[in-house]
Amino acid sequence: MANTATHDHAHDAHDHKPQGLKRWLYATNHKDIGTMYLVFACVLFFLGGAMALVIRLELFQPGLQFVDPGFFNSMTTMHALLMIFGAVMPAWTGLANWMVPMQVGAPDMALPRLNNFSFWLLPFAFTLLLLTLFVPGGAPAGGWTLYPPLSLQAGDSFPLTIFAIHLMGISSILGAINVVVTIMNMRAPGMGLLNMPLFCWTWLITAYLLIAVMPVLAGAVTMLLTDHFFGTAFFTAAGGGDPVMFQHIFWFFGHPEVYILILPAFGVVSEIIPTFSRKPLFGYESMVYATASIAFLSFIVWAHHMFTVGMPLAGQLFFMLSTMLIAVPTGVKVFNWCATMWKGSISFETPMLFALAFLFLFTLGGFSGLMLAIVPADFQYHDSYFVVAHFHYVLVPGAVFAIMAGVYYWLPKWSGKMYDERIGKLHFWLSTIGVNVLFFPQHFLGLAGMPRRIPDYSTQFADWNMVSSIGAFIFGFSQLLFVYVVWSAVRKGAPAPQRPWEGAHGLEWELPTPAPYHSWETPPSREVVTKGVMH
Amino acid sequence: MTRNIRTALGSLALLAVAALAPAARAEWSNINMTEGVTPLSRDIHALHMTIFWWCVAIGVFVFGWMIWSLVKFRKSQGAKPDVTMVHSTKAEIIWTVIPVFILVLMAIPATRTLIAIEDTRGTELSIKVTGYQWKWHYEYLGQDVKFFSTLARSSDEARQLQSGIDPKSVPDYLLDVDNPLVVPEDTKVRVLLTAQDVIHAWWVPAFGMKKDAIPGNVNELWFKVDKGKTGIYRGQCAELCGRDHGFMPVVVKVVTKAEYAQWLAQQKAPAAPAAAEAAPTDTATDAMPPVAAAAPAAPAG
Amino acid sequence: MANAHATDHPADKYYVPHESPWPIYGSATLFVFMIGLCGWLNEWYGPWIFAIGTLMLIGLFVGWFAVVINEHQKGMYNMQVDRSFRMGMLWFIFSEVMFFAAFFGALFYARQLSVPWAGGEGVKIFNSLLLWKDYSAGWPTNGPMALGPRDDGSFETIPAFGLPAINTAILLLSGVTLTIAHHAIKEGNRRILNIFLGVTILLGFIFVGVQSWEYIHAYRDLGLQLSTGIYGSTFFMLTGFHGLHVTLGAIMLLVVWFRTMKGHFTPQRHFGFEAVAWYWHFVDVVWLGLFVFVYWV
Ligand code: HEA
Ligand code: HEA
Ligand code: CUA
Ligand SMILES: [Cu+2]
Repeated sequence: MANTATHDHAHDAHDHKPQGLKRWLYATNHKDIGTMYLVFACVLFFLGGAMALVIRLELFQPGLQFVDPGFFNSMTTMHALLMIFGAVMPAWTGLANWMVPMQVGAPDMALPRLNNFSFWLLPFAFTLLLLTLFVPGGAPAGGWTLYPPLSLQAGDSFPLTIFAIHLMGISSILGAINVVVTIMNMRAPGMGLLNMPLFCWTWLITAYLLIAVMPVLAGAVTMLLTDHFFGTAFFTAAGGGDPVMFQHIFWFFGHPEVYILILPAFGVVSEIIPTFSRKPLFGYESMVYATASIAFLSFIVWAHHMFTVGMPLAGQLFFMLSTMLIAVPTGVKVFNWCATMWKGSISFETPMLFALAFLFLFTLGGFSGLMLAIVPADFQYHDSYFVVAHFHYVLVPGAVFAIMAGVYYWLPKWSGKMYDERIGKLHFWLSTIGVNVLFFPQHFLGLAGMPRRIPDYSTQFADWNMVSSIGAFIFGFSQLLFVYVVWSAVRKGAPAPQRPWEGAHGLEWELPTPAPYHSWETPPSREVVTKGVMH
Repeated sequence: MTRNIRTALGSLALLAVAALAPAARAEWSNINMTEGVTPLSRDIHALHMTIFWWCVAIGVFVFGWMIWSLVKFRKSQGAKPDVTMVHSTKAEIIWTVIPVFILVLMAIPATRTLIAIEDTRGTELSIKVTGYQWKWHYEYLGQDVKFFSTLARSSDEARQLQSGIDPKSVPDYLLDVDNPLVVPEDTKVRVLLTAQDVIHAWWVPAFGMKKDAIPGNVNELWFKVDKGKTGIYRGQCAELCGRDHGFMPVVVKVVTKAEYAQWLAQQKAPAAPAAAEAAPTDTATDAMPPVAAAAPAAPAG
Repeated sequence: MANAHATDHPADKYYVPHESPWPIYGSATLFVFMIGLCGWLNEWYGPWIFAIGTLMLIGLFVGWFAVVINEHQKGMYNMQVDRSFRMGMLWFIFSEVMFFAAFFGALFYARQLSVPWAGGEGVKIFNSLLLWKDYSAGWPTNGPMALGPRDDGSFETIPAFGLPAINTAILLLSGVTLTIAHHAIKEGNRRILNIFLGVTILLGFIFVGVQSWEYIHAYRDLGLQLSTGIYGSTFFMLTGFHGLHVTLGAIMLLVVWFRTMKGHFTPQRHFGFEAVAWYWHFVDVVWLGLFVFVYWV
């Protein structure tokens, strides 16, 4: 069955690569768009990280040395919004753009122009958001969770924040639709759903989550907007509304959102660990079902963020038990990864190192998550640094490490060049040591009673805050190495072979290196597909 | 080059160890939850430690398994992969069922404690607590005693941006107030929480309790301090409530029943409450958008 | 055709569009549009920027759709592309469903939980003892402080079996006429198609008209406004977003109508028509939910 990609210029179908600025502004190619997503994510990671460093600088010692408390709160809020919506989510979409067509044997994403639209919404959305730093009243300072009535006290930044979130939401929804359609409609002949690489599977499920919950966030912030400007009373008790109602709607989005950040990470790790263990992934199907169960459960656990709002006992019990259940499918994944390494033949290149750190440190963050799920204990943990420690463990050595692992893993295929393994390893060790020095002491701080979102603290918390801040600077500045490694690889790396990793399987490795501009102009033959999917 | 990296890593590890030096002089209360001074806080602490040890146990198993594999099956040691090992229904059932079982074991004490927490019967004293930006208002229901509680002056001066005052020289920096809440020991005290402007949360770690104070809603929590545990207990507002969220501590003075009766009588003497009842909100109100105006005012009664 | 298995590619070509200025133009448009809205709300120079944004937005739809329609007419899309469009549209509609779900969620939460709680139900007994002493919770309500335009805090609601019931009939009927039109397109019966599509559009606009009339009535005579507590908020936000969707749907139908006049669709290939028809049915179903939960029970 022949199937070729064509263009308007019907006859120059060969690597017709547009040149100059237009190539990027008007892009329809999944690789170009993927690159733009990744570069954008990297820039926002540094911006969000710079804000985190402002936070850690102020918290280096007790007393207010550098910033006003209001500005501190803006930094916390903006840091979280930038990291979640500007760094991690676009990075995942960027990886999906690069890898999904290559892994399912398609020439491109299903809806290429929509794809570019999804991307270009982001710079505009974040321009809106970053503009708030310069308007009267300052940037939003009510936390990334935007709880009313506090968030309604913002100045001119208020509508900018809301509309920025709307734009990000549209971008994510359209991006997710594209992934779903590509996976459901563009697979090469012979590639069944249960032959797909796990990265495609986890992204498919992530995309469903996105389509289901981003609109809910849009609704929630729209209600904030009308409460602020048009006198509605959704979140005002005097009018029969309820501030807690916002929290329910927000977390109905917010909890699935955290799995949106982590499920693709599960996918990447499920590709890397088998490769460097030189062994097929253990329990492929149970991995798929576990991912689906996590996604399903994520819709019915949201109120575990709100145990202290005064829910009736039955509600608290329900949300405690459903939350605890998530440990089961997540455990299945962890055990499957362990079993994959068991009796393998393991080597430790940089992608594998990051994947292993993910495995250890994500599990650690999962344990603290489980502790948070226990309602009576959460009455103590809630809104303390224990929570901050929990979610940074799952987000930084969780999501962010997995993104970096993915970049190291696929960079040779993208660029045709090898990165410098020694600098990669140095980056890994600095990051791993730094991240633990940064976040581990925050468990102690929380248990000792330090609330989160405070610019200054009483002196008993001084020691561990100082340690944490030192870790932050080690970790933060080490990330410059990452940029350097990638940049120097693309610039002057040694040429990479078609299959740079001995144990790598998947259709992407059947393509030449670097991957051609239109990945699979003709769908791979069934033999190639069978060879590629081998698991 | 490799040596340079080694040296770099080595010095970094040293730095990391040096950074961990505080551990050496850390007190236990600086790194873990304390038992507190109420039956509930002890239950919660016990629960916390139980789950913690379960997690440690699971961690030892999982991390042990990982490290074992990483050491034993290294390619550099000539390990050959067993590519036929792709699936085992038996193993998968085991590692689904055992975690469920462990979770049930955790859920039982958790549920028991939770039910105890929600049991508000037999309250002996009710205090209405209202959160303001950024102070607490305490009202002893049925006693006509009420007052505001704000950050102590000494802390307030030191916490100004670049104040030049060393926080370490300020007693109970950020954890001290002008008028603490006074409660008797060995008494079931019910706290009724609400707020005037935005959401706050009232938290005293030693009582094991934290609850949100939400405008237009009343939440309940209770505590009963053990007999003999008189003293001063400190906590903080635990829900982001704006610029000075970090500066509205909660201080509770627990006294004997006799001292409490005496204190209460004193408060009821005509002069005292008037002085404590300052203007409700000075800085807060003028920055507020229309919605806050629609929020409920603290009822006078 | 559409239900064919995802892997059986037709033997023809897959279309990868070349570079296009529309996406980035579209992003810039939304940016201008939203800056305009922000400016309006913050009392900067909003209305002007907003007006420019709106014009750009119209340009966006006209321009981008023109390209797609044109490519479609030139036969550049094979069945696989067609299927991509269909799936894309369905998932887009699903995301819209979830957007409405947020507002329905707010409605149910208020009716079932927060309003009774404000009245001191269950564990929330202290709400009525300490805060809202003589509030008797019930639905409809504008809250313990009886927010709203009238001094005495009263307001009236619109009974379900008046205009809303008529509007329900109108919208349901429009669903039927659209289905007839759909059958007609499949049978290649152009005359029936044009007539019934036209009727559908007409019914759509009548619906919007009736709804506007109802709004004016509510604002002027009933004391029912956006600011009438939680009832006013949920009422206007739900019906308002729905009305907006009907308007958009009707405009899209209008475009499709012009396209059928120009003979754009074939009995086998009419994705543009079907997409809009799905959209219309979705709007229909949302209305049923509104009629039952906002007006009736
Ligand atoms: C990537 C993001 C991510 C992930 C994956 C998770 C995963 C989990 N989270 Fe976390 N969480 C956040 C991001 C994330 N979280 C964020 C951002 C917040 C704060 C938001 C804010 O307030 O700003 C938060 C807050 C948060 C809270 C609210 C705390 C509070 O505010 O009081 C709770 C409470 O239940 C919670 C629980 C959990 C649980 C149970 C999991 C589980 O999924 C973890 C499951 C994993 C494991 C348990 C480990 C592996 C399992 C095994 C080895 C099997 C055997 C184990 C057992 C039987 C125990 N999280
Ligand atoms: C994916 C999400 C993500 C990521 C990656 C991070 C990464 C980091 N986070 Fe963040 N964080 C959140 C999500 C995330 N965080 C969320 C959701 C909150 C809650 C917010 C709220 O309460 O509302 C939060 C809150 C939060 C707090 C609590 C603030 C408070 O409660 O007041 C702290 C404090 O230490 C912190 C620190 C850090 C640090 C040090 C990093 C580091 O990993 C960052 C690494 C640093 C860099 C990468 C910087 C590199 C910069 C340079 C080298 C300088 C050069 C600069 C330029 C070129 C511009 N974060
Ligand atoms: Cu009050 Cu935070
Ligand atoms: Cu959660």
